[in-house]
Amino acid sequence: MSRALRAGVVAVLIVVTVTLQVSIFSHFSLSGVVPDLAMLVVIAAALVRGPDYAAGVGFAAGMVLDLAPPADHVAGRWALSLVVVGYLIGLARGDAESTALGTVFMVAAGAFIGTSVFALTGLVLSDPGVSVASALQVVPRAMLYDVMVTPLVIPLVVMLFRRLEPADRW
Amino acid sequence: MTPGPRRSRAGVGLLVLAALTVLTLDARRGEGGSPLDPVRSAIASVLGPAQDGATMALRPLTDIPQHFEDLGELRDRNEVLQAKNDQLIQQLRVSGLNQQRAEDLVGVRRLAGAKDFDLVRAEVVGLGAAQSFSQTVTIDAGTRDGVRPDLTVVNADGLVGRVVEATAETSTVLLIIDSGSTVGGRLGESMELGFVAGDGDVSDSARLELSLVDHTVSPREGDVVVTWGSRGGAPYVAGVPIGQVESVHSSPSELTQTADIRPYVDFSALDVVAVVTDSADMTTRDTAGGPR
Repeated sequence: MSRALRAGVVAVLIVVTVTLQVSIFSHFSLSGVVPDLAMLVVIAAALVRGPDYAAGVGFAAGMVLDLAPPADHVAGRWALSLVVVGYLIGLARGDAESTALGTVFMVAAGAFIGTSVFALTGLVLSDPGVSVASALQVVPRAMLYDVMVTPLVIPLVVMLFRRLEPADRW
Repeated sequence: MTPGPRRSRAGVGLLVLAALTVLTLDARRGEGGSPLDPVRSAIASVLGPAQDGATMALRPLTDIPQHFEDLGELRDRNEVLQAKNDQLIQQLRVSGLNQQRAEDLVGVRRLAGAKDFDLVRAEVVGLGAAQSFSQTVTIDAGTRDGVRPDLTVVNADGLVGRVVEATAETSTVLLIIDSGSTVGGRLGESMELGFVAGDGDVSDSARLELSLVDHTVSPREGDVVVTWGSRGGAPYVAGVPIGQVESVHSSPSELTQTADIRPYVDFSALDVVAVVTDSADMTTRDTAGGPR
């Protein structure tokens, strides 16, 4: 598979994920909180390919989340959060790559970091919707929901990223 | 070319910088909007229809829980409706006179040139996650259907929100429960004016906060709050029901009384909504002369 083709597949994956996240999972929201599918894709990328690659995927997925409707916040906030998530989870993967429990822990950590960074940028930019109280409510729910859908999503996406890995890797 | 720590750190640094640049560009949006607006609407014009398609395609699946809920509810409702039907049949026998009156009224309104709101029907196809801390939804009507920013969005129960962005096929609606949303409201009973603000909660326990302009008036529980409207009907047309007063607070230190409003609209189960596209005739008769 050529390099452009692989990038194309990842781009399609990101767009499909963000679309699913806003239209399908809105029917399954727990008082507004929906599973961060885009974040799960970034975490899967980090588990397979490491920090560098995952930060790139995180930036792309974050930008789409920031700019696609019905986003109404300052663009770049999800991009920043997901870059951080991809990089940190990529760095930490060595310790927990193989076990299921480890993956669940990674997802919980990623959801915590991502949602918190997003909330913090909101506080810095004094977004009217973000307060410490609302963040404290949303962050644990987001972590719980992401962990719940992990068994359904992560294995699939990990498999896809494995197949996308260049064969001639060092 | 093993990604060593140094190269890795540089790459990530670049990406963080890129994110921060975008953030700064967009945060400094001035009168002319943000420099990212063209990108935003380009993405919306592709992903909006995609959300629409995805919602349509998976409707059978997402409706499944509803079917189970409906079954029991329908049985109960059937009984209630049966009783009501009997009652209505009785009323119908004496309604000849009322109907005549109603027809007269319609005639008068036609004479005066008044006309109803023009509504564009739309369905909610995307929901902003609570993780983004803003309560917005995507609807499947856009500029092609006459939708443009600052139009009122309602559903069968009452006020839903206003359009903040519109592309050809879809638009983004800011719900009135968003913490950034403030609506001019009027207490139905006393005609007092106030402001209704959201608190960012979408669940069934979501409440809006009404603060009255005149602090000598105290709202009563059960009072109905409607929009007071503004000139030209933008962003909110007048007379749309918002909710009911549930409880009243007042503190001596504050100048205004506040009340918790239970919205009529169930924001956790938004589906079919309507955008008020033409309301000129309503508002010229109905503006309260409020600021804005």
